[in-house]
Amino acid sequence: MEGTAVRGRLTWQTATVSAVMDETPTVRTLSFEVPDWAGHRAGQHLDIRLTADDGYRAERSYSIASAPGEPVAITVERLDDGEVSPYLTQDVQPGDEIELRGPIGGYFVWDPPADMGPLLLLAGGSGVVPLRAMLRHRARIGSSVPVRLLYSVRRLPDVIYHSELTAEPDGVQVSYTLTRQQPPGWTGYARRVDQAMITELAWPEGQMPLAYVCGPTNFVEAVAADLVALGYPPQRVKTERFGATGTP
Amino acid sequence: MVGPLEDAVLDGNAIGGLLIELFGTEMTAAVGTCGVCGTSGHVAEMAVYRPKLGTVVRCRVCDNVLMVFVEVRGVTCVDLHGLAQLA
Amino acid sequence: MSPISRGFHRRHEEAEPAGRVPPGQYVTHDFPVLSAGPTPHTPLANWTFSIEGGSSPASWTWQEFQALPAETVTVDIHCVTRWSKLDTSWTGVSLDVLLDAVSYDAPYVLAFCDGGYTTNLPVADLKGGKAWVAYRYGGNPLQPEHGGPARLLVPHLYFWKSAKWVRGLRLRETDAPGFWEMYGYHMYGDPWKEQRYAGD
Repeated sequence: MEGTAVRGRLTWQTATVSAVMDETPTVRTLSFEVPDWAGHRAGQHLDIRLTADDGYRAERSYSIASAPGEPVAITVERLDDGEVSPYLTQDVQPGDEIELRGPIGGYFVWDPPADMGPLLLLAGGSGVVPLRAMLRHRARIGSSVPVRLLYSVRRLPDVIYHSELTAEPDGVQVSYTLTRQQPPGWTGYARRVDQAMITELAWPEGQMPLAYVCGPTNFVEAVAADLVALGYPPQRVKTERFGATGTP
Repeated sequence: MVGPLEDAVLDGNAIGGLLIELFGTEMTAAVGTCGVCGTSGHVAEMAVYRPKLGTVVRCRVCDNVLMVFVEVRGVTCVDLHGLAQLA
Repeated sequence: MSPISRGFHRRHEEAEPAGRVPPGQYVTHDFPVLSAGPTPHTPLANWTFSIEGGSSPASWTWQEFQALPAETVTVDIHCVTRWSKLDTSWTGVSLDVLLDAVSYDAPYVLAFCDGGYTTNLPVADLKGGKAWVAYRYGGNPLQPEHGGPARLLVPHLYFWKSAKWVRGLRLRETDAPGFWEMYGYHMYGDPWKEQRYAGD
């Protein structure tokens, strides 16, 4: 059953880690060589399966951090009491084999030119990962869709892909809000995302914007509600909840 | 409204792989209709509880149980009776 | 054949068999919260505990329930998801007290709860100082995420039988599967015989 890729079916396959890169002290990106990868869309995820030598298995889902056409990559945040994330962020080395299956997802995806409305991307913590895939995809295809990214983290060193986001490609505006601690001289937002912040940053509803919200459940619930309160039709607000990753 | 337990509730995106395994196709964009309150929504937007005993998918509006998946000895029991429709 | 993930191992090693921990379990110092649905928040003014069926059903309001004789017990609890927690302290009303208030000869109950959860038990496993409706944990009022205001506590069975947010018992002639039992979990659930799933 495994290894034979039947078009349209999702099977576990063995990938080889080709590179690892630390994005922050607790976040690492792993790139893979996947022999039967069918390609993916920006926003999709994959499932990872680990098998210990006593047969014990653990499975987790991770958003794909790379754009369609780039090598498959995931970005993993190490959770202190985690079972899989400490292994992926500290023990896995290039050359190691990992089972994965994907791509998965047909809802939380961005598919230009099917939708050319301005993009509003709202990320809480590691929720930035699938949104970054969308940004990389946009750059690769030379899209001029205007983008605003609002990225909420506790402290500046927690920002993932910081240098990439700082480069701010044409038409992409990035705003951060640092909810716990700010560096001296910080003039940006310094609180949890709220209605006022969203009102300042959101594209006017009349421009037919498309919003993608990703992060811890509480973050996504609050932000999605704020967007709908601002007049965004619910079907123009796409959500992906990552569950608990600690308090904001 | 927010609390430590509520943060652990996921959505249908989290079971995308499980659904492909069971239904043979991508299901997160599929639209389900709650058999109790009639609310229609994408599977991706449904409330997903994963207490490790199994996976319970509920209507976001009325909390009605829409789908239950329990794996026992490699076989998954699938209960969809809470859904009026799934397309 | 899945490749072995080099260096990967489970986070919790199984407990040394010491007579205290059932097979296949590990000891935790946390108190994991597992829920199949949103946490109910029934106001105490609306809360009742009922025993239905039998020839003289009974019901207690929260105030009436608090007036019943209660005891504090220290027990070990064992979850089917493999964690065990030792020496947990609970205060509640014994099911012996509650069942003595009704007249019945049914051999089974179905416990029912806010939020719709159910689980089935033999009456015999609720009697003889083996089960309580607990409303305090560790000396404090039972928190909602752990089943407060009150939950069933039946420590000699897997903890899914200790139904959170319990509101009563329905006496029955036959053993009817509750929520998890319907999907393949064991009808009885003795952790010492590793009765996790039907057929174990």
